[in-house]
Amino acid sequence: MASGFVIRKNQYYDSVFLMSVNRRISEVQGVQQTAVLMGSPANKQLLLDIGIQDSQIEAAQPNDLIVAAIAVSPAIVENVLGRLDEWLEAIQENTASLSVGTFEEGLSQKPDANLAVISVPGEYAAREAKKALEAGLNVFLFSDNVSIEDELELKQFAAKQGLLVMGPDCGTSLIGGAGIGFANVVRRGPIGAIGAAGTGLQEFTSQVHNAGSGISHAIGTGSHDLSEQIGGLTTLAAMDALETDQGTRVITIISKPPAAGTLASLLERIKACKKSVVGCFLGVDPELLTGKPNFQPARTIDDAVRISVACIDGQSAMPAGGLTPADLGALQKEKQAWSSGQRYLRGILAGGTFCYQSQQILREAGFSINSNSPFDRSCQLSDPDLSIEHTIVDMGDDYYTVGKPHPMIDGTLRKRRILKESRDPQVAVLYLDFILGYNASMDPAGELLDAILEARQNSRQRGGSLTVVASVCGTEADPQDLNLQIKMLQEAGAFVFRSNALASAACCELLR
Amino acid sequence: METLIDKLLSGPVIAVNLGLKLFGASLEQQGVEVVQVDWAPPAGGDREMMDLLDELL
Repeated sequence: MASGFVIRKNQYYDSVFLMSVNRRISEVQGVQQTAVLMGSPANKQLLLDIGIQDSQIEAAQPNDLIVAAIAVSPAIVENVLGRLDEWLEAIQENTASLSVGTFEEGLSQKPDANLAVISVPGEYAAREAKKALEAGLNVFLFSDNVSIEDELELKQFAAKQGLLVMGPDCGTSLIGGAGIGFANVVRRGPIGAIGAAGTGLQEFTSQVHNAGSGISHAIGTGSHDLSEQIGGLTTLAAMDALETDQGTRVITIISKPPAAGTLASLLERIKACKKSVVGCFLGVDPELLTGKPNFQPARTIDDAVRISVACIDGQSAMPAGGLTPADLGALQKEKQAWSSGQRYLRGILAGGTFCYQSQQILREAGFSINSNSPFDRSCQLSDPDLSIEHTIVDMGDDYYTVGKPHPMIDGTLRKRRILKESRDPQVAVLYLDFILGYNASMDPAGELLDAILEARQNSRQRGGSLTVVASVCGTEADPQDLNLQIKMLQEAGAFVFRSNALASAACCELLR
Repeated sequence: METLIDKLLSGPVIAVNLGLKLFGASLEQQGVEVVQVDWAPPAGGDREMMDLLDELL
């Protein structure tokens, strides 16, 4: 085995660009491992972890590009590193037509700017967000790894200025029809949404569109907003704004469990709100949410859609859609092809909220689900790479994605895991989610297709049959071709559902 | 009183994008006015130098 590296001083690239370069290099025959990253302390540690160590690397700065390769021969390493300029030039970046070097220069180009979209590395993010707030801009803060103290300071400052901080760790928002970050293309309409759960907000807004209604604004708050420390500062500011907004008639909140104190103060605010409020707080005991003034609780995101749309129509919500008799029949038939040892579910998910909601639905149906992001702490996987019995993993978790592309952008991580699961003879059901929209992979189903087919083949060779369940989050207006994505999955033999809740219900039926 | 949040919601969004270029490009694709900041760590990423710069500016 041979290894080598190249350092380019003062050549800074963003993480998505670096991951695209990394993917191209790693596809070269004979290359075992590659790293294309900036010289931050955390990245230098990653290099150390794969055995790349040198005084020049130790001296590298966060502005310096480091490219390292491990391959089967020195010639391959030399060839790969010698072609670095070619790799860098091969990635054609889509970029806004107007570009400058600093925030201040950006503001001088657009003095009437009202939003800063910030996705710089977490250690620098609070500094840039503060500058934007001080200049009077609202902030969409995609960056994670911002301390809770910094988040609180930013949000308290924003509250004083009448500004909004969406994030940190905010994946999606829709402001006046403009999708920011990972957002689906949805019709404008009377439902305003607030979400502390990124893929949950995408699922809600897509389904509202698919139900024929529309979204006024969908405001992401970041995953820590409803914690005890932050106290829902962004959620409360968003609620004030949506209450004032003339285009919003119903306000719907989608979230993982809020802290108890934050939930209590949020319910007080909801009571005083002049507009109807619907809430889906995944993981909260429904008993705690029933009978609250001006509040309609929803058990799942699908329920939140039905209730919100019915509120607009002035009708009571339609009964839960659920699985059709045809679905139930097909699922029962599918089970007959399993071998006697096949019994377990493996969910390999890209969406953190989907991982959570699936666990909730399966748990309510009496199944114990292990996870790297468990609903119940007793179900924590001790090794996130090793599934035990029924397991659903959130492959967007930092454990998997440090230095690697998120599964919403690139299917590489999930492909490996699908094949690994398919080698376990006890696995009966494989559940996968597919998330469409701006900035997501342009072909999420296509990326996993070979792995799905190979996994099914592996099971057949053992005399069994691997059932594949898929959910697709998106709309026909998304940049990806929704119908083609569904067709590809169906042709690969998957049962395809249009929501995570329905796919989870299908998993319950299969496991019963 | 109309806040800066209300003004954002009444639109149109005019954005300064710092970081991932694809976020700026997708906004532009939607017809949003956006300026891309080709961000790099200030002061070469030297934390002490950054703090010093912040104090001076």
